[in-house]
Amino acid sequence: MATLSDPPAESFRLSQLIYDTRYRSLTIQVIVFILIMLGLWELVSNAIQNLSALGKDFDFSFLGNRAGYDINQRLIEYSNDSTHGRAAVVGILNTLLVAFLGCVTATILGVIAGVLRLSNNWIVGRLMTVYVEGFRNIPLLLWIIVIFAIMTEGMPQPRDFRGDEPEASMILGDSVAVTNRGVYIPNLVFTRSLGGNEMSEAADGVEAAIVPSVSGADWTLILVVLALGIAASIFIGRWGAAKQERTGVRPPGLFWMRAGAIVIPVAIVLIVLGATLDYPELTGFNFSGGVHLRNALIALWFALSLYTGAFIAEIVRAGILSVSKGQTEASAALGMRPSWTMNLVILPQALRVIIPPLISQYLNLTKNSSLALAVGYMDVRSTLGGITINQTGRELEGMLLLGGFYLITSLVISAVMNVYNNSVKLQER
Amino acid sequence: MSELHSETALDSAYVRTEMLPEQAPPITAAGPVRWVRDNLFSSIANAIMTILSLYVIYVVLAAILPWVVYGIWDAGSLSECREIREARYGPLDGHGGGVACWAVLVDRWDQLMFGFYPPELYWRPILAFLLFLGGIAPVLYDKLPRKMLILTAAMPFICFWLLWGGSIWAPVLVAAGFGIGWAIIKFGTRFVGAMTATILAFIVPILFWVLLVGPLIDAFHSVAPIGIESVQSREFGGFLLAFVIGASGIILSMPLGIVLALGRQSDLFIINKFSVIFIEVIRGVPLIVWLFTAQLLLGYFLPPGSNFDLMVRVIIMVTLFSSAYIAEVIRGGLAALPRGQYEGADSLGLNYWQSMQLIILPQALKISIPGIVSSFIGLFKDTTLVVFIGLFDPIGFSNAIRADTDWNGIYWELFIFIGLCFFICCFSMSRYSQYLERKLATGHR
Repeated sequence: MATLSDPPAESFRLSQLIYDTRYRSLTIQVIVFILIMLGLWELVSNAIQNLSALGKDFDFSFLGNRAGYDINQRLIEYSNDSTHGRAAVVGILNTLLVAFLGCVTATILGVIAGVLRLSNNWIVGRLMTVYVEGFRNIPLLLWIIVIFAIMTEGMPQPRDFRGDEPEASMILGDSVAVTNRGVYIPNLVFTRSLGGNEMSEAADGVEAAIVPSVSGADWTLILVVLALGIAASIFIGRWGAAKQERTGVRPPGLFWMRAGAIVIPVAIVLIVLGATLDYPELTGFNFSGGVHLRNALIALWFALSLYTGAFIAEIVRAGILSVSKGQTEASAALGMRPSWTMNLVILPQALRVIIPPLISQYLNLTKNSSLALAVGYMDVRSTLGGITINQTGRELEGMLLLGGFYLITSLVISAVMNVYNNSVKLQER
Repeated sequence: MSELHSETALDSAYVRTEMLPEQAPPITAAGPVRWVRDNLFSSIANAIMTILSLYVIYVVLAAILPWVVYGIWDAGSLSECREIREARYGPLDGHGGGVACWAVLVDRWDQLMFGFYPPELYWRPILAFLLFLGGIAPVLYDKLPRKMLILTAAMPFICFWLLWGGSIWAPVLVAAGFGIGWAIIKFGTRFVGAMTATILAFIVPILFWVLLVGPLIDAFHSVAPIGIESVQSREFGGFLLAFVIGASGIILSMPLGIVLALGRQSDLFIINKFSVIFIEVIRGVPLIVWLFTAQLLLGYFLPPGSNFDLMVRVIIMVTLFSSAYIAEVIRGGLAALPRGQYEGADSLGLNYWQSMQLIILPQALKISIPGIVSSFIGLFKDTTLVVFIGLFDPIGFSNAIRADTDWNGIYWELFIFIGLCFFICCFSMSRYSQYLERKLATGHR
């Protein structure tokens, strides 16, 4: 029987910190940590010293002060008596609006261009190549400025619409006016609004005029009903899938049930609220009524969509090409229809390749919306990061808040999309 | 009987005794007609799309081509341009139908290219650009003699000296810092071990630059005042500015990006977390916000009384920004390498830096080429954003030119020229990356 004796107790030597791999990583980390902390301390102490030399302190109370400037486009109530904080919120909403619009249009454009680029029609393929390469290789800023210049220089003035033989006319059945001051489109107004705006009584055969006002309650109701409808639709989808799993038969009319669950309740609410369209009309020197989409918004929206769409087109093309031809052939051999092949075989596999880069394109679009500065669109960089900073002189606080907003938005978008990405990724052993 | 029958058959029948020469296929099954049928009119939907596309192309070209081709090249102002047009092509009939006034490009060529750079010194940026091309050539094409890499190493310092001028000792001493770092790695390993040498090779040059370079430049310059006329950063502009910021950003962000990517892959907790935080924070915020930070805030974080050039601040910010993106691209390449490559390097007994340098990074970089080049393209395009912090890049100059009464109201000619220049640069970069990918494709598929 062998006797086990303890190995000789090793005394710790200082050189082990460098030569022994057990301790070496610790040494490196401690040194790096000390260096980084020294660097950070240097920055912070410099900042404290510089700020005190300038007689500035570090606080965020300026957000509660009166802003005193106007914002031409706002989604919520705002006047120049409102606070800087509210101005920042208006800016944030404007940023999110253009980012959302841009993402939707860019996806549509990108998918169409990506699919068409693979088309067996030679000329269409080449046209799409020109689109993709043209937009990818020229700075976005230039596109924004160019589209803005087209909108302000190339479009007719409102007075051109006047007269018996106007030089310009409204399009889409006299409902949309494209002018050099922006685009006027019909607005959805509610005659029986929850917010209390009333249809003024028709008097002596004069047509009733709707007084449109901003009523948050109506839109909140519609959005809630829409969300419930989407939830119901998802539930019906799950129920259908479960039933198919159990019985092998897909419940008939599932698509119509799901579509109805979303559309019917919203339609009912719209009818109850008495929704009508308020058309833009030429009165005096300008159009009134309807929704005024400013040139800045249009230029930013179109430029972002076209630019990001070119990148998305390449992503979609790569995704479709990544599915091997054998998959198509195999599903054909199983006797599937071409549409089933696309929906059940090709797309699920292509999406796995498409989604991750698509996420970063959405992020890029959101961040690029800060180029709004070039055309004077009042996004968060122009309100909080621009006028507010200039007026209050709070560069440090303002830039911190601005950076924080973009950072949080980016992290939220990527987190949400990553959850989706995980749900479609390849299940491997 | 049967023989007789066959004989009579032979007599009466026509039997070919030699092969006919091959004939061209019918015109509808070969050549251009076949190609058109296959590629343009293979189905009704395709035919409709073809006709629609042709119509779109016709409309666009009919609108643009005359405007471009009949453009006027010799005039001093926009009104002069209009007079020449009137004289040459008669009065405008109602709407549109004008011609381009390319004269603005001739008139303001110097500004668009060099900004406010002193005209008598234009040879310096041109020479620097040629040196830059000479310096990157051996990196881009490995058929060139390897000796040219010496030029590559010296190129950043010579270009810096040519562009900004001033005492020759500044670039020489900064380069000496790199020399010190290299010498420590080369010779220090023998005395203090690989890791200490690596750490020292980072720290000593930084201390040298921060503490010694300033006084040394003055000392050397008082002894041997060699130098050329110095040019201030604010005199840079136009495409010169875009090239300087873009090229510095590209050259500086590559090593930083590699270090960050390795940091993010590292097992060392603190290094890993710092890399992740740095990358995510930089990537989460738009470049324009970083540029404003450089303009408004960087002064706060520097020692009181120090004030350094806006252009240098921009280059620092652009470099940090781009290195975070490059790091993510390279991380993808590192993650795509099979585990066995790392294990193989370990089994050969290579240490961390050796295995990275000899085995891991070459493969990871090869995988990441498309991503790296598209980051570079993005970086070059993003140099236009400096217009927002008051630097005069090409877009800034287009605004400045328009502010002049001579050229007030001119848009498209400038936009088209600037767009075309960027397109040529970016498109050639992307074509080069495709060439590189094909050349390095050593995988057996």
